[in-house]
Amino acid sequence: LLDLDTQALSLHTTWNSFLLSLTDWATLRIERGVNKDLDSASEFEMSDIFYFARRGVESIMDDEVTKRFSAEELESWNLLTRSNNNFTYISLRLTVLWGLGLLIRYGFLLPLRVTLAFTGVGLLVFLTSVIGLLPNGRMKNFLSEKVHLMCYRICVRALTAIITYHDSENKPKNGGICVANHTSPIDVIILASDGCYAMVGQIHGGLMGVIQRSMVKACPHVWFERSEVKDRHLVAKRLSDHVQDKSKLPILIFPEGTCINNTSVMMFKKGSFEIGATVYPVAIKYDPRFGDAFWNSSKFGMVSYLLRMMSSWAIVCSVWYLPPMSREEGEDAVQFANRVKAAIARQGGLVDLLWDGGLKREKVKDTFKEEQQKLYSKMLVGTQEDRSRS
Amino acid sequence: METALIKYLCRFIKNKNTKTDNLILFRYSFTEWPDVKESSIEATFLQKSSRHRLMLSSLTQSAVLCVSVSSSHLLRLYERFESLDRENRGHLRKEDFQAVRELSMNPVGDRIIGSFFSPGQETVDFPSFVQVLAHFRHTENDRIRDGAQKEPANSTARRLKFVFQLYDQDRDGKISRAELLQVLREMLGMQVTEEQLQSIAERAIQEANQEANQDKDDAISFDEFRKSMEKVNIDHKMSIRFLE
Repeated sequence: LLDLDTQALSLHTTWNSFLLSLTDWATLRIERGVNKDLDSASEFEMSDIFYFARRGVESIMDDEVTKRFSAEELESWNLLTRSNNNFTYISLRLTVLWGLGLLIRYGFLLPLRVTLAFTGVGLLVFLTSVIGLLPNGRMKNFLSEKVHLMCYRICVRALTAIITYHDSENKPKNGGICVANHTSPIDVIILASDGCYAMVGQIHGGLMGVIQRSMVKACPHVWFERSEVKDRHLVAKRLSDHVQDKSKLPILIFPEGTCINNTSVMMFKKGSFEIGATVYPVAIKYDPRFGDAFWNSSKFGMVSYLLRMMSSWAIVCSVWYLPPMSREEGEDAVQFANRVKAAIARQGGLVDLLWDGGLKREKVKDTFKEEQQKLYSKMLVGTQEDRSRS
Repeated sequence: METALIKYLCRFIKNKNTKTDNLILFRYSFTEWPDVKESSIEATFLQKSSRHRLMLSSLTQSAVLCVSVSSSHLLRLYERFESLDRENRGHLRKEDFQAVRELSMNPVGDRIIGSFFSPGQETVDFPSFVQVLAHFRHTENDRIRDGAQKEPANSTARRLKFVFQLYDQDRDGKISRAELLQVLREMLGMQVTEEQLQSIAERAIQEANQEANQDKDDAISFDEFRKSMEKVNIDHKMSIRFLE
């Protein structure tokens, strides 16, 4: 218990110092930038616009946010054409090697994996429906656990995912919420093959819908209709109901809301942190040298993404189970979410960004522009006031 | 001749799997050299091999290049162009630029967006996109090209013209007091009072007029603007390392 306390304290202090240093850095950067152009005389000059123009064009060429939504650039080449942007003909030997790799991957590995995948999914649907016929009780839970684990492990083999689990003593327990960073739909399979979770999500049609409906027969998951998703109170209520029932499995949630490219962690949506249950953070980090697991949903559909995954060499990843956290006194949901996010980012070696994952599709708020204006005006008007005073 | 070449190009470009930097370089460069001989270009495209790349690079070195951007950077810019172009239209509209978060946060963001669009145009295609970005290229490593007919985009004069147009939105060749006030308001927002704004603008106009020693009107002409920028290290302020 003492351990947890000291850990929580150190997290708190690191969080505070992190916040402070962030604000300091932000101010310093902008001031430095503005200072460079304003030289010694802090007066408005026609050349002041250069600073803003350059910043603007820099962001057009490449901005911090979109860097997170496009696949990571690798330093070395892992014989997959898709991860090398500058793929040109270099030498015969390399091409032969690449061709051989292609043959192995598409001719041998892919069919094997696809068969495994079909088996895994088929078994899941079939067996969970069968278990659903049993009366509720310990037997049912036991069997459902076994079935789920088995099928997910088959799916893991189907993707040839080599997973290293760290700190399994911190695995999520009943009545808690498991929170992880999101890189691809495979995250679910990876986590679920090591423990049983209740999934949260929207009900889809088609194959996904079939799988979802059969899963819920064996053990309770939280599936929402599309209309219910908009109603935040309903979502929160259902989640908290589930969490309060200690016999139900821990909920698995990805608070970023969308797939990020595994070099950073974006802002967590606060919904899942408002419920008040214990949060078990999990950090997932993929090794990009073997295959890029990031799902760029605007570029690839689900099926083509899965095919790409199954024709890579392997998916190597590490999963860290972090010690559980709860909301502290005087902390609101947003601060709590940020604290969890920082812990996950630190463990996984990912960059902790404050930007919103929803920016993939939306626009920005006006308050940030105001801040820039404030800083710039402080430089100009502040000094003018000094002059008039003296 | 140009339309025949364009048709040929379109047929070739439809072959999506040849999305190499050479293709894009060609696609871009064609718009810059309308007087390159058709026969030599056809010859290069008939062979999709490394020879094709060599021929193309020799073309680039000998011909006029308004924008000196290496082919791999051009590829990166093209990918950026494609990622901004969410709906795959092949051109960008104002909304696509506004979706860039940091640009929306920028006080003069709308002006920068406007500078991509020629007056009356609603879309930006890739060559125009690169042309505007080329203003920000570092000048250090430029080689002097013989027989250069067009001035490179990152020359001082063209850069000044670009920035001047950021101020001068109605493109009448002068920055009027009203236009200056507008820019100042955008850069300072609600943080200063109207009087402070007026005094800043007044001083700026006076200074420009003094330096130029020309007509004491209430506006800043391009020459006055240029004179006031003489002491400014434009290359330092306006270069972005990305385009190295």
